[in-house]
Amino acid sequence: MSAPTITEPGVAATTARAPRGVRSAETRPAWLFIAPFALFYVVFLIWPTAYMVIASFFNTSVVQEGFGSWAGFGNYAEMLTRPEFWSAMWHTLQFTLYTVPPLVVLSFVFAVLANRVQRGQWFFRLAFFVPFILPSAAIALIWNFILSPSTGLLAVVQGWFGVEEPAPILGTPALAMVGIALATLWWTIGFNFILYLAGLQDVPREVYEAAAIDGASPWQQIRWITIPMLSRTTTLVILLQIIASLKIFDQVYLMTAGGPGISTQVALGLVTTSAFTDFRVGAASAASVLLFIVIVAIAVARQLIDRAQERRA
Amino acid sequence: MATTGTSSASRRAGITAAAPPPRRVGEAAKNSTRTFNVVCGVVLGIFAVLWLIPSLWAIKTSLTPNSVSAVGAEEILRHAGLTLDPYVTILQGGSIWNWYLASFFTATVTTALTVALASMAGYALSRLQFRGRAVVFVLMLAGVMIPNQVLVVPIFQMLDAVHLLNTYWAVILPQVPYVIAVFVFKQFFDGLPRELEEAARIDGAGFWRVYRSVILPLSKPVISAMAILTFVNVWNNLLLPLFVVSNPELMTIPVGLATVQGSFGQRVSDIQASAILGALPLVVLFFLFQRRIVEGVAGTGLKG
Repeated sequence: MSAPTITEPGVAATTARAPRGVRSAETRPAWLFIAPFALFYVVFLIWPTAYMVIASFFNTSVVQEGFGSWAGFGNYAEMLTRPEFWSAMWHTLQFTLYTVPPLVVLSFVFAVLANRVQRGQWFFRLAFFVPFILPSAAIALIWNFILSPSTGLLAVVQGWFGVEEPAPILGTPALAMVGIALATLWWTIGFNFILYLAGLQDVPREVYEAAAIDGASPWQQIRWITIPMLSRTTTLVILLQIIASLKIFDQVYLMTAGGPGISTQVALGLVTTSAFTDFRVGAASAASVLLFIVIVAIAVARQLIDRAQERRA
Repeated sequence: MATTGTSSASRRAGITAAAPPPRRVGEAAKNSTRTFNVVCGVVLGIFAVLWLIPSLWAIKTSLTPNSVSAVGAEEILRHAGLTLDPYVTILQGGSIWNWYLASFFTATVTTALTVALASMAGYALSRLQFRGRAVVFVLMLAGVMIPNQVLVVPIFQMLDAVHLLNTYWAVILPQVPYVIAVFVFKQFFDGLPRELEEAARIDGAGFWRVYRSVILPLSKPVISAMAILTFVNVWNNLLLPLFVVSNPELMTIPVGLATVQGSFGQRVSDIQASAILGALPLVVLFFLFQRRIVEGVAGTGLKG
C-alpha cells in the first residue's frame, strides 16, 4: 500500500490560531469517534502482522489447530537456503526491472505530449487510464488470448513482420515474464499518466512563456523546465511502482500460474503456495515476513525522501 | 505531488491542456511551437490507438462466433458478421449473476463501512484535542505502510478460526481498515472553515451532531472520491477472495473470471465476452464519475 506524505496542517493551524492544549472533555468523544475504525485496524492489520511474525517461528499448518511446535529460526533458515525462495525473489526483481523503467518513461512522455495538445484530452484518458481501473482477471483473459501461441493476435502480427513460427511468449521460460510485463505495462500505465498530468498542472505557465521569449525551443523547455520541475513526481512514481511490483501476484497467477515450471513464480506466489498448497503456514509466514520487511523499508524510504524533497522545495 | 489530500488535488487534477502557446513571441517561434505541438498530438494519437487495440480486439472477438474465433486471429479479422451469442451464453449460464451479486454486495458494504468509520476517525484527528492523539496519529501512519496483501495467510487463519471462511464477511471485513482514507478525510476536514461548527457548538450541539449535520454535508466531494476509490479497489481485489471463498456461488467477479480460462477451453469468444461483462460495471462507473476517479487516484497517490 502506498500513500500521500502525511503532514500535519491541523496542528499547525490550531496552534497558529490560539494555543490549545489537550482538552480532557474532548478525550472521551474523540475515542468514541476513533474506536470503530481502530477496532478494524487492530483486528485486520496489527493482529495479522503479529500473527505472521509469531507463526514464522512455529511449524504452523493450515490443517491443524494452534501454532504447532516451536521451530525457532528454522523456517527462516529453510527459506533462505531454498532455491525456490531465491528464484521467487529473483523473478520478483526481474518483473520490477522489466516494468518500472517503461512504466515511468512512457507515462512521462505520454503526459508531456498530452499536456501540449489542446483537444482530445478525454480520448487520451480513455485510452490510457481506463485499463487501470479494470479487474486484473479481465486483463489477463484479454492478454492470454492475444499472446496465445501461433493463433493469437501477437503471433499473427509477428508473422506479418516475417517472424516464422514465433516462440509462444507465455510458454517459453525466458519469455513468460516479458509477456506478463507487457500486459502490466498496458494495464497500469494510466496510474502514472494521471500522476504526471497532475504534476504538470503545478508548473506555472509563466515559466514556459518566459523561456519562449528567451528563445527556448519546445525541446529545450521540456529538457530544462519540465523534467526538473517534475522530479518530485518522478521520485514518487518510481517508488510507488517498485512497491507495487514487489507485491505482484494477480498477473502471474492468472497468466502463467508461476510457470512454465517455476520460471515466473514470484514472492507472493511462493507465500500462497507454501500456505495453501503445501499447508505450511510457518514457512509461508517466514517468507511473508521477509517480503514485508523489504516493502516496509521502501515505504519508509519513500516517506523520508518525499519529506526531504518537500523541505528543499 | 500527492501530498495535500483531495482539496488541493482536485484543483490540480482537473486536467486540462496547460503550456499555452506563448504570447508576444516572434512569428517564426510561434510557428515552430505550433508545429511541435501538432507533432506531439500525432505521436500521442498513435500511442493511444495502440493502447485501444487490446480492448477493441476483445470486443471484436466477443462478437464473433466461437467456431470462428477458435481458428485464430486471422479468421477473426476476416470474419465480417457480428453475433451476440457469446453474451447470451454467458448471461444465461447463470454463474456471472452470482459473481455480480457477490461483487456488488461486498464492494458496497465495504465502501459504506470504510467511508463511515474512516471519516469519523478523520474528524477526531482533525478537530479534537485529546489524550493519545499523537499515538493514534503515529500508529495510523505506520498502518499506511503495511502491505496488506502480504497478510493474506494470517487473515485466512483468523477467519478460519472464527468460521467466517466462505462468507461475504470474509471478503468485506478485512478490507474495511483502509488507512489512507482516514488521512484523506482528515486533510479535507482541516481545510474546512471552523466558524460554522463553532456556531453549532455554541448552540449546544455535541460533537456527533457537528460531524453529522455540519461536517458531512460540506464533505460531499471527498466522500464520493473515497467511496468510488474503495468500491473500485474492493471490486478488483483478487488475492483475498481467491483464498477465503471457495464456494462457487460466493465468488466475486475477479475470482469467477479466474476460473473461466480453464472451464471454457476453446470457447474463446465466450471467454472474451465474460471478461468484458466483468469489466463493464467499472467502465460505466468511469464514465459516470470520471473526474472523481481521476481526482481520487491523483490525490491519494494510490496504487493497488
